[in-house]
Amino acid sequence: MSINRRNFIKTGGAAVAGTMVLPPLLKSCQNIQISPDVKSYLDHFEVTPTILQKVIAEAMSKGGDYADLFFEHTISNSLGLEDGKVNSAHSNIDYGVGIRVLKGDQTGYAYTESTNLQDMLKVAKTAANIANDPVTFKENDLFEKSIPNYYKVSQKWENSTIEEKIPFVQKVNDRLFELDEKVSKARVFQRDETSYIMFYSSEGLLTFDYRPMATLGVVCVMEKDGEIENDYSARSVRRGFEFMTDDVVEELAQEAVKKTNFLFGAGKPKAGELPVVLGAGGSGILLHEAMGHPFEADFNRKGESIFSDKMGKSIAKDFINIVEDGTMEYNRGALNIDDEGNDVKKVYLVKDGVLESYLHDRISAKHYGVEPTGNGRRQSFRYMPIPRMRITYMENGPHTTDDIISSVDYGVYVDNFTNGQVKIGAGDFTFFVKSGTLIENGKLTEPIKDINIIGNGPQALADITMAAGDYKTATGTWTCGKGGQSVPVGMGLPSVLVKKLTVGGTSA
Amino acid sequence: MTKDEKYSIAKWAMEHAVQNGAQQARVSIYNNNSSQIEVREEKIDKLQESNRSGMQINLYVNNKYSSISTNRITNKEELGKFIVEAIAGTKYLAEDEFRTLPDPERYYKGDGPDLKSVDPKFTSVDPQQKVKDAFALEKEVFGSDEHIISVSASYRDGMSGSVMVASNGFKGDTENTYYSLSASVSVTDGEARPSGNWYESSIFNDELIRKDIGKKALKRALDRLGQAKIGSGKMPMIVENKVAGNSLGPLISALNGYAIQQKQSFLIGMKGEKIGSDLMTIVDDPFIVSGRGSRLFDSEGMATKKMPLVENGILKNYYIDTYYGKKLEMEATTGGTTNLVFKPGEKDLEGLLADIDRGILVTGFNGGNNNGATGDFSYGIEGFLVEKGKLIQPVAEMNITGSFKQLWKDLVAVGNDVDPSRSWRLPSLVFDNVDFSGI
Repeated sequence: MSINRRNFIKTGGAAVAGTMVLPPLLKSCQNIQISPDVKSYLDHFEVTPTILQKVIAEAMSKGGDYADLFFEHTISNSLGLEDGKVNSAHSNIDYGVGIRVLKGDQTGYAYTESTNLQDMLKVAKTAANIANDPVTFKENDLFEKSIPNYYKVSQKWENSTIEEKIPFVQKVNDRLFELDEKVSKARVFQRDETSYIMFYSSEGLLTFDYRPMATLGVVCVMEKDGEIENDYSARSVRRGFEFMTDDVVEELAQEAVKKTNFLFGAGKPKAGELPVVLGAGGSGILLHEAMGHPFEADFNRKGESIFSDKMGKSIAKDFINIVEDGTMEYNRGALNIDDEGNDVKKVYLVKDGVLESYLHDRISAKHYGVEPTGNGRRQSFRYMPIPRMRITYMENGPHTTDDIISSVDYGVYVDNFTNGQVKIGAGDFTFFVKSGTLIENGKLTEPIKDINIIGNGPQALADITMAAGDYKTATGTWTCGKGGQSVPVGMGLPSVLVKKLTVGGTSA
Repeated sequence: MTKDEKYSIAKWAMEHAVQNGAQQARVSIYNNNSSQIEVREEKIDKLQESNRSGMQINLYVNNKYSSISTNRITNKEELGKFIVEAIAGTKYLAEDEFRTLPDPERYYKGDGPDLKSVDPKFTSVDPQQKVKDAFALEKEVFGSDEHIISVSASYRDGMSGSVMVASNGFKGDTENTYYSLSASVSVTDGEARPSGNWYESSIFNDELIRKDIGKKALKRALDRLGQAKIGSGKMPMIVENKVAGNSLGPLISALNGYAIQQKQSFLIGMKGEKIGSDLMTIVDDPFIVSGRGSRLFDSEGMATKKMPLVENGILKNYYIDTYYGKKLEMEATTGGTTNLVFKPGEKDLEGLLADIDRGILVTGFNGGNNNGATGDFSYGIEGFLVEKGKLIQPVAEMNITGSFKQLWKDLVAVGNDVDPSRSWRLPSLVFDNVDFSGI
């Protein structure tokens, strides 16, 4: 479950080719009414409804209960600046179709990097093997459904050139060096991604999604009296080229310099159990690790989660409401449909302190006899969907930030994180604090840095004794890993007090 | 795709790049075939098959650099257009005089030994046998202990192959196979449901260890029953061989040319200096027969060499590729690790524990991170409290905090229990004076 800054930077390195559009081949569709939008996706992947139905029939031929096809074409471009110049670029094209067959809770999965009928039939046959009871599949009538658009794009990345992007990347670097003479190195990365997704299931649903992603970030290195420190700042949203503005450049440069400066002279708290005040915004990592993952229904279905027996029970103070939402406009974790063709929804996981819902994919929703929550996600066509978070946040509470801080005798205030992790069954979760501030006698005093915080999910949730009214959605580029799959996510939190967590530090 | 077909497409793409404005180009093509079977409750839970291929092209155009990659490699018209567009786009970048292909003198010339990295029987393994192997693991423990909530067992295998060509005279290919079996067991412990895992892996199907994997996973889960945090304090830390890589990884990252040149390393200027205790001796050895990290050339095509990394605590070498070598005005070594061989000590884990009056045996890490520039670290851990050589109780929900500059100097004992099934061949390690935070 790592949200790993390093991995992110590795992929955020280098945009060469602006576009890579496949030759659209207009195909005829006999006797089936389809909308122009869906038609354009069928043409994009060079398939017809008849082809889709043939592949599904093969997938269902061994007696599966259900099958789906996930078509994906992703184009990504990145630009890198190192040592003062925009001097590297990378472009990638990924194309294929994943075929899934379900039999009860069992899954067969295979994919091909071609949308040629013979190639698709071959992998459909492989996935079909999860079932073992040959039948003749009776096809369902094809139907479409209208989907919302939570990420309207003004200028598509495919219509944006490398020339247009370069000046913004250069400006981040130049502003950094103007802002503080201690800056000695800067590494700026820009990345854009465009995914065309088309989905077809054995139930007959044919739908699609156009998913943009824009990222700009900088690693800032500063030197002071022989000490070297670095920090980074980044923004990542589902937008087109209109994301690149002088405002976002200025915001990133200011933030990176401020965060790095803060680290000089920062110390460590006393090791042990301490009250922890989590600042509004990025502290949503607490929810993501401590509760979000253990609420994922695949773990609960197998009885592996520490929350497996808690449905309908009070697990937190009654002012606590935790939401899982895929509809937050332009957010990195937003989706128009999930990767199983289900509507995304806003779901209360915890309402007035009571556990109300898990995060479901198709398999777990069926297992529990509930409606899907739109949490079935996958990294790409190469992976089967599993229950995943989208945007996880806590609503405002009744307290004020000042009340919270002044209630702490000795503890830590934390608001800058790099990564987190959780052990689902034991419930132990961790998050790494890049920087924060010591709280002594109710006041913020000295800066602290580079400490890990560890706690136990159910205990930590019960120990949230105060929550303020200053909710913020996290900025930044959170990527969540589970079962070898990475997906973009969002998070948010008002300032909260956790009575007691184990904080890394030094012993007397 | 056969090796010859891969070479043919790679060579075509390289020539296409050079004919259309690139002065130099390097092309690699890979394919990766794998299968996975996961069983639970005496049924197949997941059946997955993956056949992946792709191409990466590095382009050097008028002292400017870019790279492209795609998994659409068979349509020459489309691929040719992609390459030409990329070359046109590269011209808008800033010049970077340090970007070139390696010196051809450094290239692997095709004269290396057989590293035995491929099982010739890979394609003839019976799929039914794979399923049987997975079920056998589950059967070892399914229903055998009242604490068990969930058991899952997996079989995986894979074969990968790559070819690489460069316009200044490199040609090379690789082929690897692997098999693995793993088990994961969840047990009930009051409200908590701790889990334990075990896995075995091999290059050859005949050498895959198939026994006791489920039992070992169950034991590791049952060992966690009653785990709790203990009081904070400075104590010796024994790190089990299986997880010792976590304590070495950040040090290896700090040896990378990128980290040195970008001032994100705590080991800048430390070559020839003491960075660890006398017990710390590590060699990077690419030539171990059937070693998991063995290779004859690196990702740039440079011939690999046996390289001392740390000798009796003194840093001997950095990992420097062609680009950062030029930027740093240092000779390129190689861009990354092959097999890391840690010089073993005399005692096994039990022997190491016998010398501990009071300390913590770390058997797992849980999150945490480090500051590459300063060496500061803080990680979550789980393991056992050790008193007078005996395991007293399982501990969890604790952190260790310190600096890698100091930790390796506090290495006081090294085990003889090196695990040869990994590319980093590390024994169990004992560090003194580690700051644990608990209650």
